[in-house]
Amino acid sequence: MAVVFDKPHALADVPLHYCPGCTHGIVHRLVAEVIDELGIEGRTIGVAPVGCSVMAYDYFNCDMIEAAHGRAPAVATGVKRSDPENIVFTYQGDGDLASIGMAETVHSAARNENITIIFINNAIYGMTGGQMAPTSLPGQVTQTSPYGRDTSLCGFPIKVCEMLSQLDGPEYLERVAVNNVKNVKNAKKAIKKAFENQVNGKGFSLVEVISSCPTNWGMTPKKALEWIDEKMIPYYPLGVYKDRSAEK
Amino acid sequence: MAEKVLMKGNEAIAEAAILAGCRHYFGYPITPQTEVAAYMAKRMPKIGGTFLQAESEIAAINMVYGVSATGKRVMTSSSSPGISLKGEGLSYLAGADLPALVVNVQRGGPGLGGIQPSQSDYFQATKGGAHGDFHMIVLAPASVQEMAELTVKGFDLADKYRMTAMILADGTMGQMMEPVSLDFAEGEKVEKPWATNGTKMARPHNVVNSLFLKPEQLEKTNFERFERYETIKQNEVMYEEYMMEDAEICVVAFGIASRVSKNAINEARAKGIKVGLIRPITLWPFPEKAIAAAAEKVKKFISVELSMGQMIEDVRLAVNGKAPVTLCNRTGGMIPEPEQVLAAITEAAK
Repeated sequence: MAVVFDKPHALADVPLHYCPGCTHGIVHRLVAEVIDELGIEGRTIGVAPVGCSVMAYDYFNCDMIEAAHGRAPAVATGVKRSDPENIVFTYQGDGDLASIGMAETVHSAARNENITIIFINNAIYGMTGGQMAPTSLPGQVTQTSPYGRDTSLCGFPIKVCEMLSQLDGPEYLERVAVNNVKNVKNAKKAIKKAFENQVNGKGFSLVEVISSCPTNWGMTPKKALEWIDEKMIPYYPLGVYKDRSAEK
Repeated sequence: MAEKVLMKGNEAIAEAAILAGCRHYFGYPITPQTEVAAYMAKRMPKIGGTFLQAESEIAAINMVYGVSATGKRVMTSSSSPGISLKGEGLSYLAGADLPALVVNVQRGGPGLGGIQPSQSDYFQATKGGAHGDFHMIVLAPASVQEMAELTVKGFDLADKYRMTAMILADGTMGQMMEPVSLDFAEGEKVEKPWATNGTKMARPHNVVNSLFLKPEQLEKTNFERFERYETIKQNEVMYEEYMMEDAEICVVAFGIASRVSKNAINEARAKGIKVGLIRPITLWPFPEKAIAAAAEKVKKFISVELSMGQMIEDVRLAVNGKAPVTLCNRTGGMIPEPEQVLAAITEAAK
């Protein structure tokens, strides 16, 4: 019997700890598929963040490093500088990448560090139980913005792709979503390009993935996917924000 | 005997690191250690190494973490306020059992403090350096020659015990120039089967990690780490004894304080006072046995420090009540003069 659907080799055959309806599982699979398709598992080193995906180091079969909160791009810089043949990716959430690790994010982009960053934006701190993230929407109710995010008190969400696109450094920045089949397919293409860029020595590639957190959004998984279309994507438009190879 | 060259302590550290096989340096400018970075910036590109000026001390220590995870020798250097920023990374290096060489050319504190020499990061360096149960091997050079020698030794110890070795120098050691012999060879290569340098599809994946959510497991890793620390305490203590054979007064001092103290001891000896020096070279592990042995025959101890008195606590623990221990100190970037130490010795001899 022909096998038409199988687990990617780069994805470990273990149960994931994520909540029902969480989209981390989809993105993990996309990353693993790309690693398989490019045949790079043996020289790939992943860097896991602090946050819900902290245990990503157990979910990929390539070598993995657990970094301190926000420091994954600095750790990845070390791994890449150690041997440029290493294929290095970080997998980070919004608190990790856009709050505590913003300096590491901006400077690795400015250096055009030849690494791949998978940035999960679900507008909330999941692991610690649903606090306001740097990407939480205006008015969004969280544990630390119980009356809704008041922009007069705590400012506005950070649009990472738009911000980084102002730098001369980065090679490729794209925002995708994983809330329907069409978007998942686009996300796969973007993630693949982000890894191919590194293999081809092109430089810093970041894919922002608009993701859902039904548990901390207080929604059913289905409603959470709809909320991405209704609220998240209008604030965080999908698309390519920088692609230097397309400019040439 | 190799030819001697005249070098600043900071430069000697950098060149010794290269001779020890270090090809990756990450740092951030801060006085009084910036010459290490400047030297590396010049040398590394010529020998196929990496010099990278990081965006912060925090990023620099995490770049160190990344290179170390791949199994290669790597270092960073800074001065006191910068070392505080590196504290996070030092704790993670310990938790993940990664080797690294970290240099602290101390300046006065707390806060922004000053830029003159100090030894007031003694507590920070010897008692852990950041959150959690851990130690670093702490090496205290007292000459430019030792800046170089202990750098080479530090890389070997770091690899051997899978932990951070810290050079705890002071601004004087970093800035002063002395003739130094750089007759070093790369130490024996330690196998690093744990390194995350790619599976090559030939082994199960390696994970470098400091997260242990099950308390039983975290306790076990801490117990194992401290068993390793016991081995280090047994095997790696280094110190110098000076005129201790017949000493009735024992000065304990490291780094620049030990050199000032030697001058004072020579003068006191000329006056007939029987005084000697124990100079810890490893501050962790501390030469507690040597000091405990001295406490059996010595009447008084004087701890000479460039701080408000930090090492004195370890001296008192080792002396264990057998003799009084007094402090002779300057702080905030000031260095005790030999006259001050001589006065303390004379007072103790009364």
